[in-house]
Amino acid sequence: MTEMKRNLNHESERMPESEWIKDVLKAAMPRIAEDAEPSRDLWPDVLRRMDREPVRVPWFDWALAGGLVALAAAFPTAIPVFLYYL
Amino acid sequence: MDRFRHGDADAFEALFREQQATVFRWILRIVRDAGTAEDLTAEAFWRIYRAHARFDAARGFEPWARRIATHVALDWLRARKPESEMTPELEAKLTAGVASNPGVQAEIRVKTAEAFTRLPPKLRVAAVLAVVEEQPHRVVAELLGITVTAVKLRVFRALRLLRKDLEQQGIRP
Repeated sequence: MTEMKRNLNHESERMPESEWIKDVLKAAMPRIAEDAEPSRDLWPDVLRRMDREPVRVPWFDWALAGGLVALAAAFPTAIPVFLYYL
Repeated sequence: MDRFRHGDADAFEALFREQQATVFRWILRIVRDAGTAEDLTAEAFWRIYRAHARFDAARGFEPWARRIATHVALDWLRARKPESEMTPELEAKLTAGVASNPGVQAEIRVKTAEAFTRLPPKLRVAAVLAVVEEQPHRVVAELLGITVTAVKLRVFRALRLLRKDLEQQGIRP
């Protein structure tokens, strides 16, 4: 980091060269107009993304379901009791 | 703002209508392609909606939205292959002299734009915002979540790499 800072100071001493590369870059990439606007209404695109959002099941729901399946496999006779309390 | 923070879709749509042009322009400044900027604007607003619960009204919607938009654009730059970024349309524009400085030859403009696409995305974003779009370093730092010194270093490194690349192609001051 310190070396980079030293380079940075050294670079500012070489101002003309530094300004040249900035000018060349600005010439190659013109500034974006202040009044640039999208060519269409983007709201339908946002809605499509919102509709596409998958339903996320939290990990603890999966863990709970797994635990219940394991319990049912280990103690099948507990299934009617479990269903009774549902 | 409070309704948006609680996930109200109507409040979100109202904010979208108010801010879509601002977010679009910001993304366009980074990705330099209108079609891509439109897609990424929709993506940014989708991320904004998903993050509604984290929105802090005291800090304002626009800076928060700009920060998310910057990261969406940066993700896109990272996912792109450098060689696929110089579209024939952009090359034609540069060759035709649409660029801001007619004193710089068309060939140099094209080569510079190509060399710029070969820079690491995080250096490109800093350089394009600070040098091309002339945004204050403080603003760029806030958007990228880094210090002002880090922004200056990134700009410095971007310009140095760009100059080296051009020198290798025989282009010198």
